Amino acid sequence: MQFFAELFGSYWADVQLVVWTLIKIVAIVLPLMIGVAYLTLAERKVIGFMQVRIGPNRVGYFGLLQPLADGLKLLFKEIILPTASNKALFFIGPVLAIAPAFAAWAVIPFDATLVLANVDAGLLYILAMTSVAVYGVIIAGWASNSKYAFLGALRSAAQIVSYEIAMGFTLVGVLMCANSLNLGTIVMGQEGGFWHWYFLPLFPLFVVYFISAVAETNRAPFDVAEGESEIVAGFHVEYSGMAFAVFFLAEYANMMLVSMLAALMFLGGWLSPVPFLPDSILWLLAKVAFLLFLFLWFRATFPRYRYDQIMRLGWKVFIPITLVWIVVVGAMMQTQWAYLFH
Amino acid sequence: MLNSIKNTLGSLMLVEMLKGMALTGRYFFAKKITIQYPEERTPQSNRFRGLHALRRYPNGEERCIACKLCEAVCPAMAITIESDQREDGTRRTTRYDIDLTKCIFCGFCEESCPVDSIVETRIFDYHGEQRGDLLYTKQMLLEVGDKYEAQIAEDRAQDKVYR
Repeated sequence: MQFFAELFGSYWADVQLVVWTLIKIVAIVLPLMIGVAYLTLAERKVIGFMQVRIGPNRVGYFGLLQPLADGLKLLFKEIILPTASNKALFFIGPVLAIAPAFAAWAVIPFDATLVLANVDAGLLYILAMTSVAVYGVIIAGWASNSKYAFLGALRSAAQIVSYEIAMGFTLVGVLMCANSLNLGTIVMGQEGGFWHWYFLPLFPLFVVYFISAVAETNRAPFDVAEGESEIVAGFHVEYSGMAFAVFFLAEYANMMLVSMLAALMFLGGWLSPVPFLPDSILWLLAKVAFLLFLFLWFRATFPRYRYDQIMRLGWKVFIPITLVWIVVVGAMMQTQWAYLFH
Repeated sequence: MLNSIKNTLGSLMLVEMLKGMALTGRYFFAKKITIQYPEERTPQSNRFRGLHALRRYPNGEERCIACKLCEAVCPAMAITIESDQREDGTRRTTRYDIDLTKCIFCGFCEESCPVDSIVETRIFDYHGEQRGDLLYTKQMLLEVGDKYEAQIAEDRAQDKVYR
Protein backbone atom coordinates (compact mmCIF):
# COMPACT_ATOMS: atom_id res chain seq x y z
CA MET A 1 0.00 0.00 0.00
CA GLN A 2 2.85 2.32 0.99
CA PHE A 3 4.62 1.44 -2.26
CA PHE A 4 1.61 2.38 -4.36
CA ALA A 5 1.12 5.63 -2.44
CA GLU A 6 4.73 6.66 -3.25
CA LEU A 7 4.35 5.50 -6.84
CA PHE A 8 1.36 7.74 -7.55
CA GLY A 9 2.51 10.61 -5.34
CA SER A 10 0.03 13.46 -5.30
CA TYR A 11 -2.46 11.50 -7.46
CA TRP A 12 -2.87 8.87 -4.72
CA ALA A 13 -6.23 10.20 -3.53
CA ASP A 14 -7.65 10.19 -7.08
CA VAL A 15 -6.36 6.69 -7.76
CA GLN A 16 -7.95 5.47 -4.54
CA LEU A 17 -11.27 7.01 -5.54
CA VAL A 18 -11.21 5.43 -9.00
CA VAL A 19 -10.31 1.99 -7.66
CA TRP A 20 -12.97 2.17 -4.96
CA THR A 21 -15.58 3.24 -7.47
CA LEU A 22 -14.62 0.37 -9.77
CA ILE A 23 -14.94 -2.08 -6.89
CA LYS A 24 -18.38 -0.68 -6.07
CA ILE A 25 -19.45 -0.96 -9.72
CA VAL A 26 -18.41 -4.62 -9.78
CA ALA A 27 -20.27 -5.15 -6.50
CA ILE A 28 -23.44 -3.87 -8.17
CA VAL A 29 -23.06 -5.38 -11.64
CA LEU A 30 -22.00 -8.87 -10.54
CA PRO A 31 -25.09 -9.62 -8.41
CA LEU A 32 -27.14 -7.99 -11.16
CA MET A 33 -25.75 -10.39 -13.79
CA ILE A 34 -26.37 -13.37 -11.51
CA GLY A 35 -29.86 -12.06 -10.83
CA VAL A 36 -30.53 -11.74 -14.55
CA ALA A 37 -29.30 -15.30 -15.16
CA TYR A 38 -31.53 -16.70 -12.45
CA LEU A 39 -34.47 -14.58 -13.55
CA THR A 40 -34.46 -16.56 -16.80
CA LEU A 41 -34.66 -19.77 -14.78
CA ALA A 42 -37.36 -18.30 -12.54
CA GLU A 43 -39.34 -17.34 -15.62
CA ARG A 44 -39.23 -20.86 -17.03
CA LYS A 45 -40.13 -22.33 -13.65
CA VAL A 46 -43.00 -19.94 -12.89
CA ILE A 47 -44.54 -20.21 -16.34
CA GLY A 48 -44.11 -23.97 -16.19
CA PHE A 49 -45.87 -24.13 -12.84
CA MET A 50 -48.75 -22.02 -14.11
CA GLN A 51 -49.09 -24.39 -17.06
CA VAL A 52 -49.15 -27.36 -14.65
CA ARG A 53 -45.66 -28.43 -15.73
CA ILE A 54 -42.53 -28.52 -13.56
CA GLY A 55 -40.11 -26.65 -15.82
CA PRO A 56 -36.38 -27.33 -16.17
CA ASN A 57 -35.15 -29.74 -13.49
CA ARG A 58 -32.37 -31.78 -15.11
CA VAL A 59 -29.30 -29.54 -14.83
CA GLY A 60 -28.52 -29.47 -11.13
CA TYR A 61 -31.10 -29.65 -8.34
CA PHE A 62 -34.35 -27.96 -9.47
CA GLY A 63 -32.50 -26.93 -12.64
CA LEU A 64 -30.33 -24.52 -10.67
CA LEU A 65 -27.40 -24.89 -13.07
CA GLN A 66 -29.58 -24.35 -16.14
CA PRO A 67 -28.65 -20.65 -16.58
CA LEU A 68 -24.96 -21.60 -16.56
CA ALA A 69 -25.54 -24.30 -19.15
CA ASP A 70 -27.50 -21.89 -21.34
CA GLY A 71 -24.81 -19.24 -21.01
CA LEU A 72 -22.03 -21.69 -21.89
CA LYS A 73 -23.96 -22.92 -24.90
CA LEU A 74 -24.43 -19.38 -26.21
CA LEU A 75 -20.75 -18.54 -25.54
CA PHE A 76 -19.54 -21.41 -27.70
CA LYS A 77 -21.89 -20.71 -30.58
CA GLU A 78 -20.70 -18.87 -33.66
CA ILE A 79 -21.62 -15.21 -34.05
CA ILE A 80 -22.88 -14.95 -37.59
CA LEU A 81 -22.34 -11.64 -39.36
CA PRO A 82 -24.80 -11.15 -42.23
CA THR A 83 -22.96 -10.25 -45.46
CA ALA A 84 -25.07 -7.22 -46.28
CA SER A 85 -25.13 -5.84 -42.74
CA ASN A 86 -23.43 -2.72 -41.50
CA LYS A 87 -20.56 -4.38 -39.61
CA ALA A 88 -19.80 -1.68 -37.06
CA LEU A 89 -23.42 -0.84 -36.20
CA PHE A 90 -24.28 -4.54 -36.06
CA PHE A 91 -22.04 -4.93 -33.02
CA ILE A 92 -22.78 -1.52 -31.51
CA GLY A 93 -26.49 -2.45 -31.36
CA PRO A 94 -26.27 -5.02 -28.54
CA VAL A 95 -23.81 -2.86 -26.61
CA LEU A 96 -26.18 0.10 -26.78
CA ALA A 97 -28.99 -2.14 -25.59
CA ILE A 98 -27.25 -3.46 -22.49
CA ALA A 99 -25.02 -0.54 -21.43
CA PRO A 100 -27.86 1.83 -20.40
CA ALA A 101 -29.66 -1.03 -18.64
CA PHE A 102 -26.60 -1.40 -16.38
CA ALA A 103 -25.56 2.26 -16.28
CA ALA A 104 -28.91 3.29 -14.82
CA TRP A 105 -28.11 1.27 -11.67
CA ALA A 106 -25.47 3.85 -10.72
CA VAL A 107 -28.01 6.09 -8.99
CA ILE A 108 -30.23 3.38 -7.47
CA PRO A 109 -30.15 3.57 -3.66
CA PHE A 110 -30.23 0.13 -2.04
CA ASP A 111 -30.30 1.56 1.46
CA ALA A 112 -30.25 4.94 3.17
CA THR A 113 -26.47 5.05 2.68
CA LEU A 114 -25.82 2.33 0.11
CA VAL A 115 -25.72 4.11 -3.24
CA LEU A 116 -22.98 4.43 -5.85
CA ALA A 117 -23.78 7.98 -6.93
CA ASN A 118 -26.15 10.03 -4.80
CA VAL A 119 -27.17 12.35 -7.65
CA ASP A 120 -29.80 15.03 -7.04
CA ALA A 121 -31.27 14.60 -10.53
CA GLY A 122 -31.18 10.79 -10.21
CA LEU A 123 -34.62 10.21 -11.66
CA LEU A 124 -33.81 12.41 -14.67
CA TYR A 125 -30.60 10.42 -15.20
CA ILE A 126 -32.56 7.15 -15.16
CA LEU A 127 -35.14 8.46 -17.61
CA ALA A 128 -32.33 9.55 -19.93
CA MET A 129 -30.61 6.18 -19.66
CA THR A 130 -33.73 4.12 -20.33
CA SER A 131 -34.45 6.34 -23.36
CA VAL A 132 -31.03 5.59 -24.82
CA ALA A 133 -31.81 1.87 -24.70
CA VAL A 134 -34.22 2.21 -27.62
CA TYR A 135 -31.28 3.15 -29.84
CA GLY A 136 -29.86 -0.33 -29.35
CA VAL A 137 -33.04 -1.83 -30.72
CA ILE A 138 -33.30 0.56 -33.67
CA ILE A 139 -29.63 0.25 -34.62
CA ALA A 140 -29.71 -3.54 -34.34
CA GLY A 141 -32.79 -3.73 -36.55
CA TRP A 142 -31.39 -1.36 -39.12
CA ALA A 143 -27.83 -2.71 -39.25
CA SER A 144 -29.05 -6.29 -39.78
CA ASN A 145 -30.33 -5.32 -43.24
CA SER A 146 -33.20 -7.78 -42.91
CA LYS A 147 -36.83 -6.89 -43.40
CA TYR A 148 -37.97 -8.82 -40.34
CA ALA A 149 -35.40 -7.15 -38.13
CA PHE A 150 -36.30 -3.77 -39.57
CA LEU A 151 -40.04 -4.21 -39.00
CA GLY A 152 -39.42 -5.55 -35.50
CA ALA A 153 -37.23 -2.58 -34.67
CA LEU A 154 -39.84 -0.13 -35.98
CA ARG A 155 -42.58 -1.73 -33.92
CA SER A 156 -40.45 -1.87 -30.83
CA ALA A 157 -39.26 1.72 -31.21
CA ALA A 158 -42.75 3.12 -31.75
CA GLN A 159 -44.05 1.18 -28.76
CA ILE A 160 -41.25 2.22 -26.41
CA VAL A 161 -41.52 5.89 -27.40
CA SER A 162 -45.31 5.88 -26.91
CA TYR A 163 -45.22 4.30 -23.49
CA GLU A 164 -42.33 6.43 -22.32
CA ILE A 165 -44.65 9.43 -22.35
CA ALA A 166 -47.18 7.77 -20.06
CA MET A 167 -44.35 6.49 -17.87
CA GLY A 168 -42.80 9.95 -17.64
CA PHE A 169 -46.11 11.46 -16.59
CA THR A 170 -46.61 8.91 -13.82
CA LEU A 171 -43.20 9.89 -12.48
CA VAL A 172 -44.30 13.52 -12.50
CA GLY A 173 -46.95 12.50 -9.97
CA VAL A 174 -44.25 11.00 -7.74
CA LEU A 175 -42.14 14.14 -8.08
CA MET A 176 -45.07 16.29 -6.99
CA CYS A 177 -45.47 14.18 -3.86
CA ALA A 178 -41.77 13.93 -3.02
CA ASN A 179 -40.65 17.40 -4.10
CA SER A 180 -37.36 15.89 -5.22
CA LEU A 181 -35.63 14.13 -8.11
CA ASN A 182 -33.22 12.39 -5.76
CA LEU A 183 -34.26 8.74 -5.42
CA GLY A 184 -33.11 8.54 -1.81
CA THR A 185 -35.21 11.55 -0.88
CA ILE A 186 -38.19 10.11 -2.73
CA VAL A 187 -37.97 6.93 -0.66
CA MET A 188 -37.49 8.83 2.62
CA GLY A 189 -40.64 10.83 1.80
CA GLN A 190 -42.59 7.59 2.19
CA GLU A 191 -41.43 6.88 5.74
CA GLY A 192 -43.81 5.63 8.45
CA GLY A 193 -45.48 2.41 7.32
CA PHE A 194 -47.07 1.16 4.13
CA TRP A 195 -49.99 3.62 4.35
CA HIS A 196 -47.47 6.38 3.65
CA TRP A 197 -46.17 4.76 0.48
CA TYR A 198 -46.98 6.62 -2.72
CA PHE A 199 -48.85 3.77 -4.39
CA LEU A 200 -51.96 4.56 -2.33
CA PRO A 201 -52.57 8.25 -3.21
CA LEU A 202 -51.15 7.66 -6.67
CA PHE A 203 -52.80 4.29 -7.27
CA PRO A 204 -53.89 4.96 -10.90
CA LEU A 205 -50.40 6.23 -11.67
CA PHE A 206 -48.87 3.14 -10.06
CA VAL A 207 -50.97 0.84 -12.23
CA VAL A 208 -50.23 2.86 -15.36
CA TYR A 209 -46.54 2.93 -14.49
CA PHE A 210 -46.30 -0.81 -14.08
CA ILE A 211 -48.23 -1.64 -17.25
CA SER A 212 -46.13 0.90 -19.16
CA ALA A 213 -43.03 -0.71 -17.70
CA VAL A 214 -44.15 -4.06 -19.12
CA ALA A 215 -44.65 -2.40 -22.50
CA GLU A 216 -41.33 -0.55 -22.23
CA THR A 217 -39.41 -3.77 -21.75
CA ASN A 218 -41.24 -5.42 -24.68
CA ARG A 219 -42.57 -8.17 -22.45
CA ALA A 220 -45.74 -10.20 -22.89
CA PRO A 221 -48.53 -9.18 -23.51
CA PHE A 222 -46.81 -6.29 -25.30
CA ASP A 223 -44.13 -8.39 -27.01
CA VAL A 224 -45.09 -7.64 -30.62
CA ALA A 225 -41.45 -6.73 -31.34
CA GLU A 226 -40.96 -10.44 -31.73
CA GLY A 227 -43.60 -12.67 -33.23
CA GLU A 228 -42.73 -16.03 -34.73
CA SER A 229 -45.60 -16.08 -37.17
CA GLU A 230 -45.15 -12.52 -38.44
CA ILE A 231 -41.59 -11.25 -38.14
CA VAL A 232 -39.68 -14.25 -36.79
CA ALA A 233 -37.65 -12.93 -33.84
CA GLY A 234 -38.02 -9.22 -34.54
CA PHE A 235 -35.04 -6.92 -34.25
CA HIS A 236 -32.59 -9.62 -33.12
CA VAL A 237 -33.43 -12.16 -35.83
CA GLU A 238 -29.93 -11.96 -37.39
CA TYR A 239 -28.07 -12.24 -34.08
CA SER A 240 -26.66 -15.51 -32.80
CA GLY A 241 -24.44 -16.73 -29.99
CA MET A 242 -23.24 -14.19 -27.48
CA ALA A 243 -24.54 -11.19 -29.50
CA PHE A 244 -28.04 -12.60 -29.08
CA ALA A 245 -27.38 -13.36 -25.43
CA VAL A 246 -26.53 -9.69 -24.84
CA PHE A 247 -29.98 -8.64 -26.09
CA PHE A 248 -31.50 -11.31 -23.88
CA LEU A 249 -29.57 -10.04 -20.86
CA ALA A 250 -30.55 -6.45 -21.67
CA GLU A 251 -34.24 -7.38 -21.70
CA TYR A 252 -34.03 -9.02 -18.28
CA ALA A 253 -31.78 -6.31 -16.84
CA ASN A 254 -34.38 -3.77 -17.96
CA MET A 255 -37.11 -5.77 -16.26
CA MET A 256 -35.15 -5.65 -13.02
CA LEU A 257 -34.50 -1.94 -13.46
CA VAL A 258 -38.14 -0.96 -13.94
CA SER A 259 -39.18 -3.23 -11.05
CA MET A 260 -36.55 -1.59 -8.87
CA LEU A 261 -37.84 1.86 -9.85
CA ALA A 262 -41.41 0.87 -9.07
CA ALA A 263 -40.31 -0.45 -5.68
CA LEU A 264 -38.41 2.76 -4.90
CA MET A 265 -40.98 5.25 -6.09
CA PHE A 266 -44.28 3.62 -5.19
CA LEU A 267 -43.56 0.89 -2.66
CA GLY A 268 -41.24 2.65 -0.24
CA GLY A 269 -37.93 1.12 -1.32
CA TRP A 270 -36.02 -0.30 1.64
CA LEU A 271 -38.57 0.94 4.20
CA SER A 272 -40.40 -1.70 6.17
CA PRO A 273 -44.18 -1.86 5.73
CA VAL A 274 -44.87 -1.58 9.47
CA PRO A 275 -43.07 0.78 11.88
CA PHE A 276 -42.07 -1.85 14.45
CA LEU A 277 -39.90 -3.82 11.98
CA PRO A 278 -36.46 -2.44 11.01
CA ASP A 279 -35.82 -0.98 7.55
CA SER A 280 -33.53 -3.16 5.49
CA ILE A 281 -32.31 -3.84 1.98
CA LEU A 282 -34.14 -7.16 2.28
CA TRP A 283 -37.47 -5.33 2.07
CA LEU A 284 -36.30 -3.74 -1.20
CA LEU A 285 -35.26 -7.11 -2.63
CA ALA A 286 -38.57 -8.66 -1.58
CA LYS A 287 -40.54 -5.88 -3.28
CA VAL A 288 -38.48 -6.18 -6.47
CA ALA A 289 -38.89 -9.97 -6.44
CA PHE A 290 -42.66 -9.59 -6.12
CA LEU A 291 -42.83 -7.14 -9.04
CA LEU A 292 -40.66 -9.43 -11.17
CA PHE A 293 -42.98 -12.30 -10.29
CA LEU A 294 -45.83 -10.14 -11.61
CA PHE A 295 -43.94 -9.81 -14.92
CA LEU A 296 -43.78 -13.59 -15.23
CA TRP A 297 -47.36 -13.98 -14.05
CA PHE A 298 -48.52 -11.59 -16.79
CA ARG A 299 -46.63 -13.58 -19.38
CA ALA A 300 -48.25 -16.82 -18.25
CA THR A 301 -51.73 -15.27 -18.24
CA PHE A 302 -52.35 -12.78 -21.02
CA PRO A 303 -52.50 -13.30 -24.78
CA ARG A 304 -50.67 -10.70 -26.86
CA TYR A 305 -52.17 -7.37 -27.75
CA ARG A 306 -52.83 -6.53 -31.39
CA TYR A 307 -50.47 -3.80 -32.50
CA ASP A 308 -53.11 -1.10 -33.03
CA GLN A 309 -54.59 -1.95 -29.61
CA ILE A 310 -51.20 -1.35 -28.01
CA MET A 311 -51.04 2.09 -29.59
CA ARG A 312 -54.63 2.83 -28.57
CA LEU A 313 -53.96 1.81 -24.97
CA GLY A 314 -50.85 3.95 -24.76
CA TRP A 315 -52.12 7.12 -26.40
CA LYS A 316 -55.86 7.13 -25.76
CA VAL A 317 -56.06 5.52 -22.31
CA PHE A 318 -52.86 5.84 -20.33
CA ILE A 319 -51.83 9.37 -21.26
CA PRO A 320 -55.31 10.84 -20.51
CA ILE A 321 -55.49 8.93 -17.21
CA THR A 322 -52.11 10.17 -16.06
CA LEU A 323 -52.86 13.74 -17.12
CA VAL A 324 -56.16 13.73 -15.24
CA TRP A 325 -54.66 12.25 -12.10
CA ILE A 326 -51.78 14.74 -12.10
CA VAL A 327 -54.35 17.55 -12.20
CA VAL A 328 -56.31 15.85 -9.40
CA VAL A 329 -53.17 15.53 -7.28
CA GLY A 330 -52.17 19.12 -7.99
CA ALA A 331 -55.62 20.43 -7.06
CA MET A 332 -55.83 18.32 -3.91
CA MET A 333 -52.48 19.65 -2.78
CA GLN A 334 -54.00 23.12 -2.56
CA THR A 335 -56.70 21.95 -0.13
CA GLN A 336 -56.63 20.86 3.50
CA TRP A 337 -56.09 17.22 2.38
CA ALA A 338 -52.63 18.01 1.02
CA TYR A 339 -51.03 15.94 3.82
CA LEU A 340 -52.40 12.78 2.15
CA PHE A 341 -49.96 13.26 -0.71
CA HIS A 342 -46.73 13.97 1.14
CA MET B 1 -75.88 3.73 -21.28
CA LEU B 2 -75.71 2.07 -17.88
CA ASN B 3 -74.07 -0.94 -19.48
CA SER B 4 -71.39 1.09 -21.22
CA ILE B 5 -70.54 2.86 -17.96
CA LYS B 6 -70.32 -0.52 -16.28
CA ASN B 7 -68.06 -1.84 -19.04
CA THR B 8 -65.78 1.19 -18.94
CA LEU B 9 -65.45 1.00 -15.18
CA GLY B 10 -64.82 -2.73 -15.38
CA SER B 11 -62.01 -2.32 -17.88
CA LEU B 12 -60.50 0.57 -15.90
CA MET B 13 -60.49 -1.61 -12.80
CA LEU B 14 -58.86 -4.41 -14.82
CA VAL B 15 -61.57 -6.83 -13.64
CA GLU B 16 -61.09 -9.34 -16.45
CA MET B 17 -57.32 -9.15 -16.15
CA LEU B 18 -57.49 -9.93 -12.43
CA LYS B 19 -59.86 -12.84 -13.11
CA GLY B 20 -57.38 -14.27 -15.59
CA MET B 21 -54.52 -13.84 -13.17
CA ALA B 22 -56.53 -15.51 -10.41
CA LEU B 23 -56.96 -18.52 -12.70
CA THR B 24 -53.26 -18.87 -13.53
CA GLY B 25 -52.49 -18.11 -9.90
CA ARG B 26 -54.57 -21.09 -8.82
CA TYR B 27 -52.84 -23.36 -11.33
CA PHE B 28 -49.48 -22.21 -9.94
CA PHE B 29 -50.23 -24.31 -6.86
CA ALA B 30 -51.96 -27.17 -8.67
CA LYS B 31 -50.47 -30.65 -8.73
CA LYS B 32 -48.14 -30.93 -11.72
CA ILE B 33 -48.96 -33.46 -14.41
CA THR B 34 -45.48 -33.74 -15.94
CA ILE B 35 -44.32 -37.31 -16.48
CA GLN B 36 -40.54 -37.45 -16.17
CA TYR B 37 -39.92 -39.72 -19.13
CA PRO B 38 -36.94 -41.95 -18.63
CA GLU B 39 -37.92 -42.66 -15.01
CA GLU B 40 -41.70 -42.55 -15.45
CA ARG B 41 -43.75 -43.68 -18.43
CA THR B 42 -47.30 -43.12 -19.59
CA PRO B 43 -49.56 -46.18 -19.60
CA GLN B 44 -49.52 -48.02 -22.93
CA SER B 45 -52.21 -49.91 -24.82
CA ASN B 46 -51.59 -53.55 -25.66
CA ARG B 47 -52.37 -52.51 -29.24
CA PHE B 48 -49.49 -50.02 -29.28
CA ARG B 49 -47.79 -49.95 -32.69
CA GLY B 50 -44.05 -49.48 -32.27
CA LEU B 51 -40.94 -51.28 -33.47
CA HIS B 52 -41.58 -54.34 -35.65
CA ALA B 53 -40.67 -57.91 -34.79
CA LEU B 54 -40.78 -61.28 -36.56
CA ARG B 55 -42.08 -64.07 -34.33
CA ARG B 56 -41.28 -67.78 -34.09
CA TYR B 57 -43.36 -70.81 -33.08
CA PRO B 58 -42.54 -72.28 -29.66
CA ASN B 59 -40.47 -74.99 -31.36
CA GLY B 60 -38.15 -72.32 -32.78
CA GLU B 61 -39.46 -72.44 -36.36
CA GLU B 62 -39.99 -68.96 -37.85
CA ARG B 63 -43.64 -68.22 -38.56
CA CYS B 64 -43.24 -66.29 -41.80
CA ILE B 65 -44.26 -68.25 -44.89
CA ALA B 66 -43.28 -65.55 -47.41
CA CYS B 67 -46.84 -64.94 -48.62
CA LYS B 68 -45.84 -61.31 -49.19
CA LEU B 69 -49.25 -59.97 -48.11
CA CYS B 70 -47.55 -57.43 -45.84
CA GLU B 71 -45.32 -56.27 -48.67
CA ALA B 72 -48.39 -55.83 -50.86
CA VAL B 73 -50.47 -54.00 -48.27
CA CYS B 74 -47.74 -51.68 -46.98
CA PRO B 75 -48.85 -48.16 -47.98
CA ALA B 76 -45.37 -46.72 -47.54
CA MET B 77 -43.71 -49.59 -49.44
CA ALA B 78 -41.31 -50.01 -46.56
CA ILE B 79 -41.19 -53.83 -46.72
CA THR B 80 -39.00 -55.75 -49.17
CA ILE B 81 -39.29 -59.56 -49.31
CA GLU B 82 -37.44 -62.16 -51.36
CA SER B 83 -38.29 -65.86 -51.00
CA ASP B 84 -36.92 -69.22 -51.97
CA GLN B 85 -37.55 -72.92 -51.31
CA ARG B 86 -35.75 -74.32 -48.30
CA GLU B 87 -34.12 -77.81 -48.34
CA ASP B 88 -37.15 -79.30 -46.54
CA GLY B 89 -39.38 -78.04 -49.36
CA THR B 90 -41.11 -75.19 -47.47
CA ARG B 91 -41.27 -71.67 -48.82
CA ARG B 92 -39.27 -69.25 -46.65
CA THR B 93 -38.04 -65.70 -46.93
CA THR B 94 -34.39 -65.20 -47.85
CA ARG B 95 -34.71 -61.50 -47.26
CA TYR B 96 -37.18 -59.53 -45.11
CA ASP B 97 -36.26 -55.84 -44.81
CA ILE B 98 -38.30 -53.07 -43.20
CA ASP B 99 -37.09 -49.56 -43.81
CA LEU B 100 -38.24 -47.88 -40.58
CA THR B 101 -37.53 -44.45 -42.03
CA LYS B 102 -40.31 -45.15 -44.55
CA CYS B 103 -42.68 -46.98 -42.20
CA ILE B 104 -45.71 -44.99 -41.03
CA PHE B 105 -46.64 -47.49 -38.26
CA CYS B 106 -50.16 -48.06 -39.63
CA GLY B 107 -50.20 -51.70 -38.50
CA PHE B 108 -51.53 -53.04 -41.83
CA CYS B 109 -48.69 -55.57 -42.07
CA GLU B 110 -49.64 -57.05 -38.73
CA GLU B 111 -53.33 -57.13 -39.71
CA SER B 112 -52.64 -58.78 -43.04
CA CYS B 113 -50.36 -61.49 -41.68
CA PRO B 114 -52.14 -64.91 -41.77
CA VAL B 115 -49.68 -66.53 -39.33
CA ASP B 116 -49.13 -63.64 -36.83
CA SER B 117 -45.50 -63.47 -37.86
CA ILE B 118 -44.85 -59.76 -38.39
CA VAL B 119 -46.05 -57.79 -35.36
CA GLU B 120 -45.59 -54.34 -33.96
CA THR B 121 -44.30 -54.22 -30.38
CA ARG B 122 -44.64 -51.64 -27.63
CA ILE B 123 -41.08 -50.40 -28.14
CA PHE B 124 -41.02 -46.79 -29.30
CA ASP B 125 -37.67 -45.46 -28.02
CA TYR B 126 -35.17 -46.98 -30.46
CA HIS B 127 -32.88 -44.89 -32.58
CA GLY B 128 -30.24 -44.90 -35.31
CA GLU B 129 -27.07 -42.88 -35.30
CA GLN B 130 -26.19 -43.07 -38.97
CA ARG B 131 -27.82 -43.67 -42.30
CA GLY B 132 -28.92 -47.28 -42.59
CA ASP B 133 -29.25 -47.91 -38.87
CA LEU B 134 -33.03 -47.92 -39.19
CA LEU B 135 -33.09 -50.35 -42.08
CA TYR B 136 -34.03 -53.52 -40.18
CA THR B 137 -33.12 -56.84 -41.76
CA LYS B 138 -34.74 -60.24 -41.17
CA GLN B 139 -32.07 -61.16 -38.66
CA MET B 140 -32.61 -57.99 -36.61
CA LEU B 141 -36.40 -58.38 -36.69
CA LEU B 142 -36.17 -61.99 -35.52
CA GLU B 143 -33.89 -60.92 -32.68
CA VAL B 144 -36.44 -58.32 -31.56
CA GLY B 145 -39.10 -61.01 -31.68
CA ASP B 146 -37.01 -63.45 -29.63
CA LYS B 147 -36.20 -60.87 -27.04
CA TYR B 148 -39.76 -59.64 -26.43
CA GLU B 149 -41.76 -62.79 -27.25
CA ALA B 150 -43.31 -63.00 -23.77
CA GLN B 151 -44.69 -59.45 -23.96
CA ILE B 152 -45.80 -59.88 -27.59
CA ALA B 153 -47.67 -63.10 -26.84
CA GLU B 154 -49.35 -61.58 -23.79
CA ASP B 155 -50.52 -58.54 -25.75
CA ARG B 156 -51.93 -60.75 -28.53
CA ALA B 157 -53.71 -62.98 -26.00
CA GLN B 158 -55.37 -59.96 -24.38
CA ASP B 159 -56.64 -58.79 -27.76
CA LYS B 160 -57.73 -62.25 -28.97
CA VAL B 161 -61.44 -61.87 -28.21
CA TYR B 162 -61.71 -58.78 -30.39
CA ARG B 163 -60.00 -60.27 -33.45
